[in-house]
Amino acid sequence: MSSALVTVRRAPSILTFIIADMVIFGVFFGLFTAGRLQNPELFERSAAVLDPRLGLLNTVILVTSGWQVVLAVHAAGDADRRAVRRHLALAVLLGAGFAVTKLYEYHDKVSHGITMLSNDFFMFYFVLTSAHFLHYLVGMAVLVFLWARAGMEPVDGPLNGLIESGGLYWHMVDLLWIVLFPMLYLQR
Amino acid sequence: MSRRSWAIGRATVAWAVLVLATSLTYWLAEGHAIAAPLATTAALLIAGVKVRIVLLEFMELRAAPLPWRVAFEIWVVASVLLILIGYGLSRH
Repeated sequence: MSSALVTVRRAPSILTFIIADMVIFGVFFGLFTAGRLQNPELFERSAAVLDPRLGLLNTVILVTSGWQVVLAVHAAGDADRRAVRRHLALAVLLGAGFAVTKLYEYHDKVSHGITMLSNDFFMFYFVLTSAHFLHYLVGMAVLVFLWARAGMEPVDGPLNGLIESGGLYWHMVDLLWIVLFPMLYLQR
Repeated sequence: MSRRSWAIGRATVAWAVLVLATSLTYWLAEGHAIAAPLATTAALLIAGVKVRIVLLEFMELRAAPLPWRVAFEIWVVASVLLILIGYGLSRH
């Protein structure tokens, strides 16, 4: 039986949580779009201040980290504890790069006097990216927890389901950013 | 090839496609090879494709019960359409 199906049957609540979270972000996308319609020139001008290379870097970081999580899930199904820990550790290390980039980006904006109070676009930018960042922090904590547990108990026991659920959550963090990147950084 | 090696290979191909697609959207939007509206539209559509790759290849959505798959697919279409329509309307 495929691992995702097992997870869904064993812990459907994680998918419920994930889709609900995604719907909330969907509402945010709608609010941003409405804001953009009210003042497209302001939004376009403000978006041009963002550095898309940082957005690009963060997308590649999350996607690569997500790939490692997929490999960890497959390793867990094979009861390969060392591979699970190796892939989870890589996922966390790569994921940490996202925080470095994001914090650098925030610092750069604030030190140039740009905050969420600067205008509507930057209000959305800071609120959306920090809401996403909170989800990212939760995801990172989950991955670290799973990495630690994999050192203490069998990875093909109850921990297997947790690794899959945690992985699904991390992929949600990834896919939300995949939408946020062009929406915030690349609309010309 | 073992089942696991096959799964690893497939996930790795998906990752490579995601990185290429991400680079492509950046290049289209930041380069000046094509007009801005086309580049922005392409970037958003490609984002939708990327989300689906994460859903299907990373999250194994194909193996989930159909209602779940439908819900996630609807989310992708609705989100991309929402942003695209807003973008299109704001240019007139």
